[in-house]
Amino acid sequence: MNPNQIELSFSSRAENLSAARMVIASVGSQADLMLNDIEDLKVGVSEAVTNAIVHGYQNDPDGVVALMIQSDEDKIQIIVRDQGCGIADIELAMQPSFSSDPERMGLGFVFMKSFMDELTVDSQLNEGTTVTLVKYLQHPPSSH
Amino acid sequence: MNISKQFDRQTLLLRISGELDMQTSETLRQTIDSEIERRGIRQVMLNLKDVSFIDSSGLGVILGRYKKLTALGGALVITNAQPHVLKIMELSGLAKIIRFYTDETLAFEEGRGAS
Repeated sequence: MNPNQIELSFSSRAENLSAARMVIASVGSQADLMLNDIEDLKVGVSEAVTNAIVHGYQNDPDGVVALMIQSDEDKIQIIVRDQGCGIADIELAMQPSFSSDPERMGLGFVFMKSFMDELTVDSQLNEGTTVTLVKYLQHPPSSH
Repeated sequence: MNISKQFDRQTLLLRISGELDMQTSETLRQTIDSEIERRGIRQVMLNLKDVSFIDSSGLGVILGRYKKLTALGGALVITNAQPHVLKIMELSGLAKIIRFYTDETLAFEEGRGAS
């Protein structure tokens, strides 16, 4: 069986963050995840989408953010893609407190790493950034 | 997100409900900043009992207000944070900087005792 898929495209506006979190929370709850794990997924999506809006599109509300979720019995994979400015130095961007804005903590990638099991970032300058997040599902041992 | 405001002597108590992300934390930033500027508020207590979600944008706004208030000789404390909200605050290092209380009464008692 192919993994279940959901794909959602939305304008790069902060008001869409809650919709993105709602979708991942729904997928998480259908996968029978514990509440804590669902919270982790919500943080991961929120950080990735915020990065796309703030950094990818530099707060331009007319960009398009794509959120793709694939889930099977082993894992939930989340892909957040923007077609914004891209990241010049991914390693540097992933350092804690990299953010140049004092109002921002620069912890987006740190949180994605901490709350998810895998984090992959692909980026091309002036073409966009794709962030892939994976959460593995831990099933209780089978009784068979 | 919803913010209810209450003044107790020199302290501004904000009871927040909902989710604190990039969108909603901007309202929190404006609320606190305008009270600092218009009323000269220096002590802020954030009750996060009904905050169901926070991310790094929300934390950034709280840290920013903390820094602004301490620079003015004031303080910002947090009460009633839910476990998963507390977890993210601990991970960010915020819990080492900002004082946390389990409830408002404790926070007020300590605040008065210290002054």
